[in-house]
Amino acid sequence: MNRERDEHRYEHEIARAAVGIDRRAFIRGAALGAAGVMMLGPASWAARALSGDSSRKRLVVVFMRGAVDGLNVVVPHGEPNYYDARPTLAIAGAGGEGAALDLDGFFGLHPALAPLMPQWRDGTLAFVHACGSPDPTRSHFDAQDYMESGTPGVKSTADGWMNRVLAAMPGRSADKSSPTEALSLGANVPRILSGRMPVANIPLGRAAARPMPLDRPIVETAFDRMYRGSDALSHAYQRGREARARLMSELEQDMTEANNGAPSPKGFPDDTARLARLIARDPSIRLAFLALGGWDTHVNQGSSRGQLASHLQPLGEGLAGFATALGPHYQDTVIVVISEFGRTVRQNGNGGTDHGHGNVMWVMGGPVRGRKVYGAWPGLATQQLYQERDLAVTTDFREPISTVLRAHLGLGDAQIDRVFPSSPRATGHIASLIAV
Amino acid sequence: MLTVGNMPQDKRALHALNRLAYGPRPGDVERVNQIGVERYIREQLDPESISVSPELTSRIDALTTLHMAPVELFLNFQVPVRQAKGDADAQKAARQRSRVILQEAVEGRLMRAIYGPRQLQEVMTAFWFNHFNVFAGKGLCHLWIGAYEQEAIRPHTMGRFRALLDATAKHPAMLFYLDSAPNGAGRQGKFEGINENYAREVMELHTLGVNGGYTQADVTALAHILTGWGLAKRGRGAMGMGGAGRGGEGMHPGYPGGRMRRLFGGWPRRAAHRAPLPGSESDAYGFYFDPGRHDFSDQVFLGRTYSGGAGIAAGEQALDVLAHSPTTARHLSYQLAQHFVADNPPPALVARMADRYEASQGDIRATLEVLFFSPEFWDQRYFAAKFKSPYEYAISAARATGTPDITNYGPLFGTMTLLGMPPYGHETPDGYADTREAWLNPDAMMTRLSFATALGQGHLPLLAPAFEDGASGGGDGGKGFRVNTKRGAGGAIMREISSPGAGAGRGWGVPMAPPNPAMLVAALGNDLSANTREAIEAAPAQLRASMVLGSPEFMMR
Repeated sequence: MNRERDEHRYEHEIARAAVGIDRRAFIRGAALGAAGVMMLGPASWAARALSGDSSRKRLVVVFMRGAVDGLNVVVPHGEPNYYDARPTLAIAGAGGEGAALDLDGFFGLHPALAPLMPQWRDGTLAFVHACGSPDPTRSHFDAQDYMESGTPGVKSTADGWMNRVLAAMPGRSADKSSPTEALSLGANVPRILSGRMPVANIPLGRAAARPMPLDRPIVETAFDRMYRGSDALSHAYQRGREARARLMSELEQDMTEANNGAPSPKGFPDDTARLARLIARDPSIRLAFLALGGWDTHVNQGSSRGQLASHLQPLGEGLAGFATALGPHYQDTVIVVISEFGRTVRQNGNGGTDHGHGNVMWVMGGPVRGRKVYGAWPGLATQQLYQERDLAVTTDFREPISTVLRAHLGLGDAQIDRVFPSSPRATGHIASLIAV
Repeated sequence: MLTVGNMPQDKRALHALNRLAYGPRPGDVERVNQIGVERYIREQLDPESISVSPELTSRIDALTTLHMAPVELFLNFQVPVRQAKGDADAQKAARQRSRVILQEAVEGRLMRAIYGPRQLQEVMTAFWFNHFNVFAGKGLCHLWIGAYEQEAIRPHTMGRFRALLDATAKHPAMLFYLDSAPNGAGRQGKFEGINENYAREVMELHTLGVNGGYTQADVTALAHILTGWGLAKRGRGAMGMGGAGRGGEGMHPGYPGGRMRRLFGGWPRRAAHRAPLPGSESDAYGFYFDPGRHDFSDQVFLGRTYSGGAGIAAGEQALDVLAHSPTTARHLSYQLAQHFVADNPPPALVARMADRYEASQGDIRATLEVLFFSPEFWDQRYFAAKFKSPYEYAISAARATGTPDITNYGPLFGTMTLLGMPPYGHETPDGYADTREAWLNPDAMMTRLSFATALGQGHLPLLAPAFEDGASGGGDGGKGFRVNTKRGAGGAIMREISSPGAGAGRGWGVPMAPPNPAMLVAALGNDLSANTREAIEAAPAQLRASMVLGSPEFMMR
């Protein structure tokens, strides 16, 4: 085989793939990329994975960026004020087409989330209503920042709470941990996972397995020498190499298994399906994070159909598919779905809702004591609202997450204090969220 | 000789080129040394004094959509989409045709950044665009993205901040992006009541800053004051155009709903010549103040009462107050110093800049002068202290190689996209971050070095034919850049470049000559560490140029 010619061709394939010109070239490139990775010797990471913590418990966080309207996700259909405040946006509580799927006689689920009803019925899906951040901000940026740093009201926190969870898990340090223990699916590492612990990042969709010129051993060797130091850039380089070698190999198998390598346009369900396969293959993945947007429904929000519904549909499908695809691993997985704040109780004049306060948190997974809407419902009468306009927060978002960290991931009180410093005293409403 | 600060003289030309420009092109360091660093800075602060080559001028002129006014863009690219209603193929073709707008905006921006002599003007254009960010993927914003930069940003980059604030507040791209258009008293179509989006962001992001001392009541009051600022409805005369907002289409370009589109009536062809309604105001770019949608009640904003009778003047006064606030002076000075000096800029410098900003009534050039001639800017601890953003990295690499006549900007746009920073592709109004923390991560290093490897070996198809523009394309439709939001996820959405329909027979064009590594090192001021030099020398000859472009020194500015 003419190695030089093949390498040259490979470069062109990359360039072509990088500008998205030719899908066939991309698939050929992916195959060539895998050959390069195999030459690195996958044994190094395989050995590492086997030597890791024997615990398989994991936490997946899904962030709905843009502030989802929790009142139309878990609908308080037993609350007349809800219908008064939302003449055209409200979702009916009593059966029929477009009605909420009743959960407990008071709350019902948005009909677009029907794919999640099996998990509700088998007791592995719970909600915490009137949950959120105590900080009053209605700025997306601030509220997301606070929910990701885990320190509402404190801007100076440098790292994200999931990164601190990684650091707090027993027997871990920045040097010894596996590079894929924490995984972010998206364009870059989000605030929630940033910090001193290394985190692997894979782009969404077909970009994930795109091979790079750097995957060629000759190139890698040259840059290894340049970035052998202990400075920040070298550190990032070394971590990137490790994670990339490993993920390329896994994704290559994955591309072959899923759809014969053909990218599919399904979006979120594809991402969760890929994550489920990665988890099944790589037991060292303990934390994962995904985000999806499109929830900032100021205008034309829709009701049981429309804009919000069309965004909820793939989310519900994706989470239900995730549960199924995890198979036995579902028993060791907890999925938490959060959003930076809720939306106004009253609909606005544009057929939408504006930035609000309290929201609903979703908690799903084998260890969850589900089929229950947790929390203290504050009511929707004007005097019961936060600043007379928004659902009040009766459960700090850190409380259910702390319960998951304690009962599921096995963190002690001191460790949880490091993850969420100066967190308020627990209300106790949700102590039984996780089966121990 | 510029003696302020303790930076060694032999590093100053490179420092100036890394900060006031997108890094050196071959020979730039020598040229700056020849005329002197101080004169270089003074020239850059006065872009009109620098002549632009006829070649570049004619190339920019050839980007026709960049020079079209918003009304014209709407007529040429959006009306056909609506007219094709009912014919799915024709509608798709019409929609694809409009992609040329984003493509030309990207080409114009990158072309000027790589080849333009008015480098500080380019740096400031990117800076202010990011400050007043608009997302090409939101609804109709893609129509006006290039015009917005050309009309609202470029003319004011070093002028008065108040003029910049005015131009952005009234441009259709911003009126649409931050929902000013549906913000009105009474009912307009299906929109009723105020929308706080612009009022909040103009304070939080554009002027005072997030801890700027305003309250929710101020946000609401400002939204009321700005009611009626928008785009006029069908048949209204002036710039006839209806409300806009975050509708279904707004969230998803290509979303089949098209509900928003129905709101836009025919935009009268010779609209600008019609007489506006009494009491209304409009400008050539499509801004229209509609007294019929203005809330004429008194408002208390930032402790001051705005008389309801003032109409549009009340909004102008509110913007005056915001532009000239000491809080705004500090916020803007901090951001400028963060961009030009360090992620954590020296507070004393920020304070001096803010003083100058206030004393000069928001004169951006005067504020920059304080910055560029400060001992802090010329402190050696800040030499190469900024980690280049993906945008800066890709552009500086293209400049350093000296590649002439790039015809295909796709690989550069694609690299920025892979690194999470496509031009015009930031979804939320806060714009891209400007710190190392935001951009340095393991994954980004892999992508940067892969880009460096391909570019350094001459394997990026920068000289391939440009994608055909949609305007002339038939059959398989428009090509070009697209900000893809289908997989949207807030600030971290996956955006990818796509260029569907490129002919299978398309060649790669002229092969690019790999840059000469020694010349590259010289272009970069011969300023590499021992470790970097050793690593380059140890690498095979054909990889050395790539190694220079991928070196830690080249990651920094």
